[in-house]
Amino acid sequence: MTEPIVRFQDVHKSFGDFDVLKGINLDIKPAEKVAVIGPSGSGKTTIIRMLMTLEEPSSGDIIVDGKNLWKMKKKEKMVKANEKHLREVRGDIGMVFQHFNLFPHMTILENCMTAPIHVKKENKEEVRDRSVKMLERVGLGDKLDSYPNQLSGGQKQRVAMARALVMRPKIMLFDEVTSALDPELVGEVLEVIRDLAKHEDMAMVLVTHEMDFALDIADKVLFLDEGVIAEQGTASEVIEHSENERLQGFLRRFRG
Amino acid sequence: MFNLEFYSEPKPKLEGVIIMNAIIEIFPQLARGLHVTITVLLASAILAYLMAFIAGLCRLSGNIIIRKFTGFYVEVFRGTSLIVQLFWLYYAIPMLFGIQLGSNWWTGVIAIGLNYGAYLSEVVRGSILSVAQGQSEAATALNMSRFQRMRLVIFPQAVRMMLPEFGNYTIQMLKGTSLVSLIGMTDILYYGDILRSSNLSQAPIVYLLVLVFYFILALPLIWLTRKGEHISKKGVANG
Repeated sequence: MTEPIVRFQDVHKSFGDFDVLKGINLDIKPAEKVAVIGPSGSGKTTIIRMLMTLEEPSSGDIIVDGKNLWKMKKKEKMVKANEKHLREVRGDIGMVFQHFNLFPHMTILENCMTAPIHVKKENKEEVRDRSVKMLERVGLGDKLDSYPNQLSGGQKQRVAMARALVMRPKIMLFDEVTSALDPELVGEVLEVIRDLAKHEDMAMVLVTHEMDFALDIADKVLFLDEGVIAEQGTASEVIEHSENERLQGFLRRFRG
Repeated sequence: MFNLEFYSEPKPKLEGVIIMNAIIEIFPQLARGLHVTITVLLASAILAYLMAFIAGLCRLSGNIIIRKFTGFYVEVFRGTSLIVQLFWLYYAIPMLFGIQLGSNWWTGVIAIGLNYGAYLSEVVRGSILSVAQGQSEAATALNMSRFQRMRLVIFPQAVRMMLPEFGNYTIQMLKGTSLVSLIGMTDILYYGDILRSSNLSQAPIVYLLVLVFYFILALPLIWLTRKGEHISKKGVANG
């Protein structure tokens, strides 16, 4: 039994009076591909945003590679993590966003090179080679010097993935990465994710509405409903053998 | 018929000559003030930009004392008139505290610089805040530090957004420099006033030429502002 690379222990999150997550317990193993499905507003995105340190949990612990993400030890007491601690722990996590969030003032290549050079202090030439290779891999080798506003949505999202991958994360988070795309552009993005899932040994967490796709590549599926993990297991366990009526209803709406 | 034409012809010609003469006479007089107007503008613009970035960033600081203190500076200088500030610095402060702010050139530069710095700091603050939240989140996801997020991602985009407003305020600052004539600086308006008081009938033509001077000085700034608008349209994510 390998140690999980990510562990959620009774994680709660509320925004004001609204309890989004009501006690999440979750283990993600290294290289495991996890799909998170569920109705909108069920807190799917909040889970991965807390893991990326974009949202602070109200209570509970998130352990990344054995280290507590949001808390640190200070004089034998656990206190709220500071910026330095967060940076140490989240270094192995990468994320792709629904709205791409590419840096519009940089070329595609610069988008990919900035973080490895400035954050990881890596050699510039080496980073350039790696970035070019990564952009070629996502099919954008001919766009290196273009700016984000010259690209289609699907191309932007592929750049965003390349940008995250150049940092060599051990955990990649995908936040509804096809939701903002025109339908005809969804396929090209899913192809890249499928390729990653097959050939990369990093853990992946996909929050998605692309049900068939998620079930196809995921080792584990989580059905999130009203702030709790209502169902989890392999794709076939969750889809075919679940007794959960809300899950069945949810799936029916998606698969027609 | 013939007579009428004969007598009516030369009159406008004569007037035109007088005006031309007046312009030729007045123009070099006013031009003596160019040096002061331009140097005051350049120096107060540099001071204003500097104050804008210092105060703009301080107002976004996590430290409440820094935030309140700069807020006080901004509101005082935005909320009171430039000319009164100028008189305060020039007349009141030396009397009350015995501090001399240097020559009247320096006093003018400091008053205009601090005043427009206060306005521009709001432009800096607003631009930084209007860079889309997602940009900062993407930078966090790439594990950038707070400082790196600002330096590499937020600031370069915010500066693009600031350019048109900085251009606008610089044009205003040019016109604001005319106030230094009130503390005895020999700028364009000062020479205009001298000319007018020595020959009242020339007042319209004098002040017309003063306007022309300011307009010519403003032209490059207007052009730069347009340029700035063009640049700011590209390369910014907001929303």
